[in-house]
Amino acid sequence: MASQRIFQLGLRRAAAPGLRVQPAGRMVQRRLAATEHASQNQAAEILAKQRIARPVSPHLSIYKPQITSVASSLNRITGITLSGALYIFGIAYLAAPYTGWHLETQSMVAAVAAWPMAVKMGVKAFFAFPFFFHSLNGVRHLAWDVGVGFKNQQVIRSGWAVVALTAVGSIYYTFIG
Amino acid sequence: MACTRAFTRLTMKRIAVRPAVFTRGLASVNDTHARDPISKVAEKIVPDAARAPIPESKTSTIKEPEPTKDAKTKTFHIYRWNPDEPSSKPKMQSYTLDMNKTGPMMLDALIRIKNEVDPTLTFRRSCREGICGSCAMNIDGVNTLACLCRIPTDTTKESRIYPLPHMYVVKDLVPDMTLFYKQYRSVKPYLQRTTAAPDGREYRQSKEDRKKLDGLYECILCACCSTSCPSYWWNQEEYLGPAVLLQSYRWIADSRDERKAERQDALNNSMSLYRCHTILNCSRTCPKGLNPALAIAEIKKSMAFT
Repeated sequence: MASQRIFQLGLRRAAAPGLRVQPAGRMVQRRLAATEHASQNQAAEILAKQRIARPVSPHLSIYKPQITSVASSLNRITGITLSGALYIFGIAYLAAPYTGWHLETQSMVAAVAAWPMAVKMGVKAFFAFPFFFHSLNGVRHLAWDVGVGFKNQQVIRSGWAVVALTAVGSIYYTFIG
Repeated sequence: MACTRAFTRLTMKRIAVRPAVFTRGLASVNDTHARDPISKVAEKIVPDAARAPIPESKTSTIKEPEPTKDAKTKTFHIYRWNPDEPSSKPKMQSYTLDMNKTGPMMLDALIRIKNEVDPTLTFRRSCREGICGSCAMNIDGVNTLACLCRIPTDTTKESRIYPLPHMYVVKDLVPDMTLFYKQYRSVKPYLQRTTAAPDGREYRQSKEDRKKLDGLYECILCACCSTSCPSYWWNQEEYLGPAVLLQSYRWIADSRDERKAERQDALNNSMSLYRCHTILNCSRTCPKGLNPALAIAEIKKSMAFT
């Protein structure tokens, strides 16, 4: 590489002799920092050693919460809440005859009717928010599955729309329904 | 997880003729060589979650070298880690800069710190105009290219600069991209064809077919999208990530490529493609304004309807 460069310089100088004279060696780039030669095996060893010590850069704790990621995690949490409650109730219902619990519709209705108002509303809100959020967000996911609504603007708008509709719907069902 | 997989394998073996529904295999990519470990020791790294960076409140602040009277001083907190002190924890180092003497972009600030304040600060940069993808980093919580990111003019707000999230840090803001490039290699990002061009000269394409590649070929592989994806954070070894899937789709969508089916088949497993849960952080963060999420959705669609 260096010899080629010097050759080219020589040619150029021969073509334009008016340029100031300079030894060709000085035109070639030199590295002033001292380096140590390492064989390929040594280098791999150094790399392996360094890789063990490398930290993982911070992720979840530093990434800005955005409607995209927050809605996605909420979608999962609400899904787990709803299906988890269903599973727990289903299994309890199956086990009821053996454990002596009364989970028949009539006794459940009677039990809930005896609760104070605040508890009733609390339980309703606990299920209404996840239900509305998960269902409405599910519609977004169905749209994405057919490749619709992927523009940034659309994603942000649909995300906030889901949040707003969830609030409206679940508050309605908590207090009125 | 391993238990479920072993079980799946067992059930799959029993059925001689599998119905198409159950043909989705287990995570693997055809190019197995691309995933060979560089060294056996290095592949066994266990990320240490306890190594959160030391917050800036516990580190020193390096001040602007020659502050003037009407200085518009802004503080930058930058992630630092030096491989020469492997046992030390990463830390957030604070720097103050006079905005009057600094260029408008984050990269200008970083270069100024390196030139005038602290030459040990390490980061990648090359083109300074958003075409090389070297200076990808996490700035104020969002992945972007430092050269395309304006410094917010509000000097009361402090800026935070981290390397790309959930990557092994080589030094300071330089992440280890080995796995990312290996994954890129595994999708065979080149034209695969066996038949010769009809006129013996070049592979022609209609204008409509060419149009399909718009929004795909512009990707500069800066890895901003992949490292913004929580799915990619948790399943980096097996999930390919938005950037690589966008590239994969770039070749699936290419009318000149003749290995579309093979390319799709390589993605047809539980991990490579389907770890995408449409979180959409990728499209939100892309500094080139591309839409990796849409590309992934198109791959999923093309695989569902063939």
